[in-house]
Parts: sequence; structure tokens; C-alpha cells
Amino acid sequence: MTAPLEVTESAATAPPEAALAGVSRKAIQGRSLGQIAWMRLKRDKVAMAGGVVVVFLVVVAVFAPLIIKWWGYPYDEFHYDLVDDSTGLPLHGWGGMSWDHWFGVEPINGRDLFSRVVYGAQFSLLIAFLATLVSVVIGVVMGVIAGYFGGWVDTAISRLMDIFLAFPLLLFAIALVGVMPNDAFGLSGNSLRVGVIVFIIGFFGWPYIGRIIRGQVLSLREREFIDAARSLGARRPYILFRELLPNLMAPILVYSTLLIPTNILFEAALSFLGVGIQRPVPSWGDMLQDAAKWYQTDTQYMLPSGLAIFITVFAFNLFGDGLRDALDPRAR
Amino acid sequence: MKRNRMISAVAAGSALLMGLAACGGSSNDADSGSSGGSTTTAAYNAAIGKVFNPSDKKGGTLKLANSGDWDSVDPGDTYYGFSWNFLRNYGRSLLVFKSAPGAEGNSLAPDLAEGLGTPSNDAKTWTYKLRKGIKFEDGTEIKSKDVKYAVARQLDKETLPNGPTYLNDLLDLQGYEGPYKDNDPTMAKFTAVETPDDYTIVFKLSKSFSAFDYIAALPATVPVPAAKDTGTKYKEHPVSSGPYKFEVNEVDKRVVLVRNDQYDPATDPASGRKALPDRIEVELKANAADVDNRLLDGTLDVDIAGTGVQTETQPKILNDPEQKNRADSAPNARLWYSGINSDVAPLDNVHCRKAIMYAADHAGYQRSYGGAEAGGDIATNIMPPQIPGFQKNDQYGFETDKSGNVEKAKQELQQCGKADGFTTNIAYRAERPKEKNTAEALQQAFNKVGIKTELKGFPQGDYSKLYAGKPDYAKANNLGVIIYGWGADWNDGFGFLQQIVDSRTIRPGGGNTNIAVKDPQVDQLLDKALTTTDKTARESLWNDIDKRVMDQAYILPGVWAKGLMYRPERLTNVFVSEAYGMYDYTAMGVQ
Repeated sequence: MTAPLEVTESAATAPPEAALAGVSRKAIQGRSLGQIAWMRLKRDKVAMAGGVVVVFLVVVAVFAPLIIKWWGYPYDEFHYDLVDDSTGLPLHGWGGMSWDHWFGVEPINGRDLFSRVVYGAQFSLLIAFLATLVSVVIGVVMGVIAGYFGGWVDTAISRLMDIFLAFPLLLFAIALVGVMPNDAFGLSGNSLRVGVIVFIIGFFGWPYIGRIIRGQVLSLREREFIDAARSLGARRPYILFRELLPNLMAPILVYSTLLIPTNILFEAALSFLGVGIQRPVPSWGDMLQDAAKWYQTDTQYMLPSGLAIFITVFAFNLFGDGLRDALDPRAR
Repeated sequence: MKRNRMISAVAAGSALLMGLAACGGSSNDADSGSSGGSTTTAAYNAAIGKVFNPSDKKGGTLKLANSGDWDSVDPGDTYYGFSWNFLRNYGRSLLVFKSAPGAEGNSLAPDLAEGLGTPSNDAKTWTYKLRKGIKFEDGTEIKSKDVKYAVARQLDKETLPNGPTYLNDLLDLQGYEGPYKDNDPTMAKFTAVETPDDYTIVFKLSKSFSAFDYIAALPATVPVPAAKDTGTKYKEHPVSSGPYKFEVNEVDKRVVLVRNDQYDPATDPASGRKALPDRIEVELKANAADVDNRLLDGTLDVDIAGTGVQTETQPKILNDPEQKNRADSAPNARLWYSGINSDVAPLDNVHCRKAIMYAADHAGYQRSYGGAEAGGDIATNIMPPQIPGFQKNDQYGFETDKSGNVEKAKQELQQCGKADGFTTNIAYRAERPKEKNTAEALQQAFNKVGIKTELKGFPQGDYSKLYAGKPDYAKANNLGVIIYGWGADWNDGFGFLQQIVDSRTIRPGGGNTNIAVKDPQVDQLLDKALTTTDKTARESLWNDIDKRVMDQAYILPGVWAKGLMYRPERLTNVFVSEAYGMYDYTAMGVQ
């Protein structure tokens, strides 16, 4: 049983002719598909720059408490001495930017914006990653089932995807987070909010990835190596997990990377609308919303949170695009 | 400097003109009637406590704008402060808040009536005598039956839902529901108000109420001729009894008032109305930011809403000395406060409540509402200073320990048996950034003494109905500190205190304004005050209630509200009315 299947597996991972175009004959020797993709990715300077920023952001988010301890202030510490008593504006120019407060301070309370932006990265990225994970898991499972089994199962799942795509998600999210009780599912406060937001964004985001996976599976299941495995008597789970899934890794990886910035924006939008994380815990969307009130008198307040969102989304998009080009050059 | 000199030159010029007019023998002295004095020097707060740019020059068009809209211009159907202020231009109630700067603006003057009300010994029957010769805009004389009809019609809250319900609550109605549900034009069943003759009106109350004169000053007593009343449609053209009448009233767009030729100033000696402009135009539903910009560049005279300029405009005024000279930080009889909910453990213990009082960050509270100029002063007790008989009582030292007194708070926690602090929640209205910031400032300050809090924002539309104002919800959700605000319907101890301290107003179903005070002693003091007709004795009782509530730490006072108002250069005779906490709309004129 094992011997013939090993053959099919190597057949499946054999590089297709097209993938080798432009690569010198000598260099191919002993390289896996992943190595080739990595090589292509390394050559794409823009994508690499995006990737470096993404890694940097993740490091910042993970070590946020340490960074704040060394270079910042507690994110919820008030500094009344740095803002004007009557107008609430930062006393120093440029939104209170100084060597002590790199990004300036918040009007009225004088909280350090550097610390708030750094700490805000934690929640933005955490929510975006978790929500993407949920979307991908549900999307892949549903997509594979729909594509592989076909027939009425496919029809049912495809219609379900249509329904989910037509759902007024933003309105639903605002309504749901708005009526959410203070304690539920054994969670409370911000952990409950994070949970609910991850659930909403993730659970309603799966059809995008589900459709792509379904399409891939539809074309893959007619391929020879699947036929071969089936005719050799491989059981269904084996075909799904050992034959199909490895071939789906490329689109999954690419679309996850592209889904993360969308989810960061969605979380920011929810916070902007006041249904995100509760203060005083910072979040970029909420900071931007607060800054909007001060645009005439303290314009600089918008910069830290606005740029943080912009740079993060931009970096993830560049990296995701580059990754797609590297993994699937035919899609160019 | 240069600008100042120019303004005083202009003022001197207009004074000269007035002097010439005086030779004609018609006008009074320029400074008459303003007990608080007057000034022509443009300075910050120049229109508070005194008249700025006094003038008797008639003529011109006063331009006002409103970023929102009226609830109604019908005197029997309106509840906005600015509306009550403005309404004195086209309606005359029995009594009226005097148009005068300083504390005098807080006093009642007879308007339709000849004098203040005469109470019976038990303060249950109140009699007013009407002046003779006052006419509606169509020339018919105003008689006591017109006042009686006006009072009767506004009882019907199904037809006219917006106004206050004080008369419904106080009058001995015996089931009477207003003329719209009663086909008898003589209103024989309406025995709570009697008109023994054309110039006498008697109110009969179901309980003693010593401060009924304030009720007689409500717009509800502005006369309405029964023949002209069209119910809900009366607001399209209320019949004027004052110096101006409606020329145009386009819903959602604009209101234009012109002089009422039937108004005789001789019948109006006490109210202090000046009636200077020939025409008053009010633009409705204007863009709020646009209103401020037009005020600053002088193409608009007044923002009628009277709540002060927008937050983003404040720095523009405060940071520019020239603009600041044309601004007033007008005190308003409103308290921004937090209720300390004694239903929630451990706040059922007075020492734990006192710990909250000591720990709170009063400077932070003030900043959250816009600082000392645009937000208001740190409140040391419950009644604002405008309330007659007010006595300052800073028993916790809020003014000396602006950011809280950690030591005292810890002592109180010790006595409460919670030396390490406790946990509770802070409720605020989610749509209000000022309350949100207050919640954050309080949270920070409480942290310092070990009181851990979580912030709970609720939608403001249902805040009192379903959440913070519903006792069982507040208790179940551990809402220990409830951020709120309250402004008086009129500046008097009853008007300010009753709704927020009387425990008998608390309904278990929700919708309460009293969110924190449940104290039998306070209730007793309230009852005693209502039967006390002597003004001084009554005022000292209001202070006793204030002290008791502070002693028991049911309410954490935050800020006595102020609004940053702007008076463009061409306005004359401007001052802030203490009764309304905004510019007096019956006194001002234009150059």
C-alpha cells in the first residue's frame, strides 16, 4: 500500500514544466518547489521590503510591553503637565513631539502616543491574525468539501457562500458588538470583545477563501495523480489531506497574507465606529477616530495612528502580492 | 490694542448719536436699567455680570442661527432653554425672568401679572392679578380666560407632548384632561384654575408648593386665544402677546419675527425687555461648524442654541487674544456629576463612597469637559452657584486637592474594611466623548488607591431607560459610578434638586434621573421646603439637602458647567442671562 503511493506523491510534487521557465538548467538540480519560490521572492525587492516591515511589526507587537518599558510610558498614564489647561492642546508644537514623546501626546489627557501606537499594534495584529486563521480554516474545509464532492454538496455550500457574501457584515458587527453583554462564554471585558470581533470578522470572511479553494480543488481533482491515487485504492481522507492539501498550500498562503490587511482595516473600522476594544486600551481605529475631532487644531494627532494603519496594510499587501508572484508565476 | 481703541471709538460715536436722540425727547439714558453696570471695552467675560456695549438704538436686523431645530415655537409645547429665552420676544407669561445682567437676571418680574403671586397660608392656592390694556397682535385685549385656556391646553401631552409636566403634577385637576378632550368651551370642569373676573386668575394645587411663582413664569402661562388655537398646528403661527410677532415660520428652515404694533411698552415696565432690532431672523438646521465660522467673521450675530461654540472652535478663540476679548465663558446652572450607587457592594458603606469622593481626579473631570474656560469650574457641592441662596461647601477639599487625595481615600477604605481597594464599574454614555474621557480620568485616579474599575459605555438614548437609570440593571451589572449631568428647569433649589435627590421619584422600571440618592432624611427635608413659604428659610433648607447628600457621598460633583460664547462686534447691549446661562435674547440689538 505504501510503495505505490510514495510514487504518486513524488509525481505530484514534480515541478511542472512551466515553473522552470527562465531558470537555468543547472540551478534546478536538487531544488524543491519551496526553494524555487523563495528564490523568486528574494529577487523581488519590493516584496522583501514589505516582508521586512511585516516581520518588524510582528516583533514590535510581541515585545510591545518591553518596548514601552524602555522607551515609552505606560499607555494609560496621564500627563497633564504637557497639555494646555484650558484648550486641552499639547503645549509643545507638532502635537507635543519631543525626545521624550516621539509621536507627541494626546490632547486633553497627555497620554504618550508612541506607547499607544506600539501597544495598539498588539490588538490590531492579534485580531487580524486570529480572524484570518478562522476564515482560512473554515474556508479551506468548506472549499475542499464543495470542490471534491461536487453535486448537491457543492450546490449547497456555494449558495451558503453567496448568502454570506451578501450579508451586511459591518452593520451586523456594529449591532452585535453594541448589544453584547458584559460577560458571556466565560469571558469578560476586552477579552470577550476580542473574541467576538475575531468571530465576526473570521466567520463572515471565509467565503472569499472558500471560493478560491473550491475552484482549485475542482481543477485538481481531475488531474492524473488524484486518479492514480484513487485507482490504487487510497482512502478519501488520504487523498484530501496528503494529495490535495499540499497542492493548495500556495493559494492558502497567498490569500491569507492578502486577507490580513483587509482584516486590520475591518478592525480599525469597527474601533473607529466605537465598537472595538474598550478604552483605555489603545487601538489604532479608535485613536484615529479621536484624532478626527482635532483635525483643525491638532492635525499631527492623526499621523501616528493613521500612518500605522497605512504602513501595516501597505506592507502586508506588497508582501502578499510578491508571495503570489513567487508561488504561482502563471497568475502574473 | 489698536482694535480696542477702534471699538471704543465706535461705541463713543453711537453714544453721541444716542445723546442726539435724547434731545428729541424719546429715549432713556443709555445706561438705565442695568444694575450690574456696563462696559464698552472689549474684554474677555465683558458681558458677564454687566452690559457690554449698552445701547438704546432701535432698528436693524438681528441674525441668529441654530444648528438644530426647535422642539416647537408653541409656548405650550417647548422645553429647550434657548426656546424659553427667545420666546419672551413674542409671548408674555404671568411672571418672567428679568432681562438684566448679573444676579438680577435670576429674579422673577411680573409680566402679564401686576405682581408676584399671593399664596394662601398653606401655599395651595395662588392668585395673580393681570395688568389692564395688554393686547394680542390682532388688537384684542388679553384677559384671564386666555391664560386659563393656555394652561388648560398644554395639560394635554398627547397633543402637545414637548413641554414640562409641572402643571399636570401640581394642579388639582380632578381628572381634567384639557380642552381637546372636552367639548365644553366654557371649561366648566376645569376647576383647578379659576377666573373670578377678567383680570384675576387663581391656581388651586393638589399639594402645598411654596415656589409656585416659578411655575407661573413657565411659557405655559403665555396666553393663547381659544378661537385661534389649532392644536398641533398652532405652532405655525403662535399669536403674539410680546414686542414681536411671526412674519415667516418655515418649518426646518427659518423663522422671522417683526415688530408687533399692538405691543405697548407702557404695559411692560418690569420685565426689562429692550426690543431693539426691527427684525429678528433665525436660520434653522445650519451646519454647526459653519455657524461658528460665520460668528467669527461677523456675518452672523448669535448662535441661538446658547450652548457655546464647538470644541474645535474653542482653541481658535482662546489662543487668539483679539478673539478672546469678544468671548464670554458663561456659567450655566448645570452640574456634570457622577452618581455613586449605594445599591452596589461595597458602596453601600458610606466610607467606601467617601473613598471615591477623595480619590476622584477633579482636574481630570474639568479637562474632560473642556477646561476652566469652556468646560466650567470644579464643583465642590451639588447646587450650582446661580441657585439663589447657594452656599459653597467644599468639605472634601476638591479645590485644594484637584487631582485627588490619595491619603484620605486610603483612610476611608480602611474604615470601610477594604484597605486593599475593591472593584466596580463606571458607566457613561458612549456617544459622549466628554463622558468617555471622564470615565478614563476617574479610572486612572481610582487605580492609585486600589479601586479597580472597568468602563462600560451605553447608548445615550436608553441610558436612563434601560441601563444606568434602571436600578435592577445597574445593580446586577455592578455599575458603582454612573456618569451623568443635570441642569435645572429654573434656577431654584426645587427646580435643581428635586429630580436628582428625591428617592420617591425612582421608578423600578427605569427612566430615572435620580440615579444615586436614596435617603429618607433628604426626602423629609424636601417636603419641609415645599411647605415653607418664607424664601430665606426655604433656601437654607435647600442647602441642608445639598450638605446631607455630600455628607453621605451619594453624588460626586464634577463640573459646574460653563459655555464659551462669542459676541460679534456689531452686537449691542449684550449680557449673559443668569437664568438661562446664555445671552439674553430680549435685550440685544445691532449697530
